[in-house]
Amino acid sequence: MTTTSIKVIETPLVLFTLRRADDAVILGHRLSEWCGHAPTMEEDMALANMGLDLLGQARSLYSYAAETEDGGHDEDDLAYLRDAPQFQNLLLLEQPNGDFAVTIVRQFLYAAYVDPWWRAMMASTDPTLAAIAAKAEKETAYHLRHAAEWLIRLGDGTAESHRRAQEALDQLWPYVGEMFEPGDEAGLVAAGIAADPAALRPAFDATVASVLDQATLRPPASAWAQRGGRQGRHSEHLGFLLAEMQHLQRSHPGAMW
Amino acid sequence: MVAARDVVTSLRDRAWAAAAEVTDPEVPVLTIADLGVLRDVTETPDGVEVLITPTYSGCAAMGVIAIEVELALARAGIPGRVRTVLTPAWTTDWMSEDGRRKLLEYGIAPPGKGSGRRALFGTDEVACPRCGSDDTAVLAEFGSTSCKALWRCRTCREPFDYFKCH
Repeated sequence: MTTTSIKVIETPLVLFTLRRADDAVILGHRLSEWCGHAPTMEEDMALANMGLDLLGQARSLYSYAAETEDGGHDEDDLAYLRDAPQFQNLLLLEQPNGDFAVTIVRQFLYAAYVDPWWRAMMASTDPTLAAIAAKAEKETAYHLRHAAEWLIRLGDGTAESHRRAQEALDQLWPYVGEMFEPGDEAGLVAAGIAADPAALRPAFDATVASVLDQATLRPPASAWAQRGGRQGRHSEHLGFLLAEMQHLQRSHPGAMW
Repeated sequence: MVAARDVVTSLRDRAWAAAAEVTDPEVPVLTIADLGVLRDVTETPDGVEVLITPTYSGCAAMGVIAIEVELALARAGIPGRVRTVLTPAWTTDWMSEDGRRKLLEYGIAPPGKGSGRRALFGTDEVACPRCGSDDTAVLAEFGSTSCKALWRCRTCREPFDYFKCH
């Protein structure tokens, strides 16, 4: 293992798998930043538990991407030895934790999208992706319920928690559109390997409408979408995140626990 | 007349028995056979291959369990290796009746049956493992490990772990 960045042979299936692994590892890392800082002990453990689920999903996906690529890389190489432009996670997931409302809204929007996505992926014609999906969909179902309960509590709570929840929602809403774009994955959708993201939008909209209503929060009116994550064009935040996440492996190549 | 296979324990059976003794490092009263984590043992040209499956994607115990299985095989003098399989996906429905009883005696409420979404998100009615009361309430959905939630009994006032449906 070296400290220099690797070059991945990005076939459509490798790229598809890497993107979802990047989603999981980046959000998992963000949640790990809360460890020891959450508002209550129970929530500290909840955020760490959800982060652990996401890291587990990332490991399965990176391992499968490495196996499919067959380029001599392993899960650690893919997580630690690629630079920001090679990461193709959703922009939403790299956004900083902000206050607790930002973290909860980010978790809610992602879970509301990815829980039905994983459920659809259980029918993938790719048996490994279908197997990973069968575990992930139960985990994300718990994440969705947890984030939704918090969002309702914050939105329908005090004037201050309501204000912060609404601000977080308005701030993160532009990152929603990117989740449902087919991008360059139409071939995998046609082959039954990938779920069609556009078909999942109605389920997402219904979940969001129901939860925001209970939370007394106003659905953002703008449909404008910030794009770029799936093409490797990121906000400035990802570089800082990777600098921390990859530091040890870059400084001490091949270091193991 | 007794067939030879009934008398001579096969390599596979000996390997299964050795692997089945391994306990979950986070719930030490349960063996990996009780949990349903131990899926299969197959004979190979060099010995055996033991198949295990993770409970949760990020279960931190899987690495330790794999090492413990290798050590158990070594102690039994059986050459073998461990392989992790993802399919079919583990569910709490695979937990044995014996496993459920041991969990309860240990003070952990066993998971409800039926791994469908209704079981995951239906009405949670969890009896207190200490006093048996049904008057209980959830304190935290995410507990001390991935597989547990923290509950409280309103009758005996004791907090307890609940092994979540999965």
